[in-house]
Amino acid sequence: MLIEKEILSAVNKLFKRSWWKILAIILLVYTIVAGLLAPVPRLAILNETIRVLHFHVPMWFGMIILLTLSVVYSIKYLRNPGTQHDIYAIEFANIGVVFGILGILSGALWANYTWGSPWSSDPKQNGAAIALLIYFAYFILRNSLEDEQQRAKISAIYNIFAFAALVPLLFILPRLTDSLHPGNGGNPGFNAYDLDSNLRIVFYPAVIGWTLLGGWLASLRIRLQIIKNKLHEKLEENYLHASPYAAAQPGSQPLESSADTRK
Amino acid sequence: MLLLNLGLNPLKAQQIPENSPVTSSVEMADTFRQEGKIYVVVAVILLLFGGLVIYTVSIDRKVKRLEKELEIQE
Repeated sequence: MLIEKEILSAVNKLFKRSWWKILAIILLVYTIVAGLLAPVPRLAILNETIRVLHFHVPMWFGMIILLTLSVVYSIKYLRNPGTQHDIYAIEFANIGVVFGILGILSGALWANYTWGSPWSSDPKQNGAAIALLIYFAYFILRNSLEDEQQRAKISAIYNIFAFAALVPLLFILPRLTDSLHPGNGGNPGFNAYDLDSNLRIVFYPAVIGWTLLGGWLASLRIRLQIIKNKLHEKLEENYLHASPYAAAQPGSQPLESSADTRK
Repeated sequence: MLLLNLGLNPLKAQQIPENSPVTSSVEMADTFRQEGKIYVVVAVILLLFGGLVIYTVSIDRKVKRLEKELEIQE
């Protein structure tokens, strides 16, 4: 329990540091510059669009990392219920799903010009779409529960199931059949990229940069949520200690109105 | 400085199409690159990215100020 608290305060501290945000900016600037200018293998069909690799694929890497963090905090919540663990779980899932949506849209756009149509019902495309729908249900489930503790607990359990479905949908099922995606069946047009060091020196920094950017955005939302909770605590304190007349005063208004917006 | 260092990469990239004449049958945007217009694209994207980063940093600062005001530790 004590260690848990220490980890949480260490992460909260990290959220306020700027070095990793600067690192994210540097890596992303490098990704944009080198991603557009660095030499790439000359491959038929893909041509210059191979550069999309540095922008489309990191969305999925980022999504997996962020959703993994989300499920870690859901498990932490179930082991040691605390509001902050719940906030971490939902906000990491939020940004993870944003990455997933961007990944699916960018993938469709890329596929339109290389595979011939935006949606070829490729097993990986379908798997990703199903996984995203499962996560949409996670948000709907959360919003449909009024009681805060009940919501945190049930959605934490659901999040574990969602993650357990995500892994086979993205990594196992597409490999069991033919897929247009590289590494999942026959797609000779792209096999060279696995070995190409020119792509690697941009691709790996891109993955780290995009993921850190996602972490930054998640950290902002987490901090805002913590601020909101703190504000609630203070308002409730004021409300309890106030005189009976206080309820009629305009000062007591924010409590009610902010309680409504919470849902 | 760091940006300058990173900027070395595109210079190298720029040389590659020149050094290795387009012997490959695969069509790439070599002319476009030799004309240097690719730098316009890079500059525009960097400008937009920079703007979004500045905006995000300002949100970060606002959150920090709120935290100080509410005395949130850790």
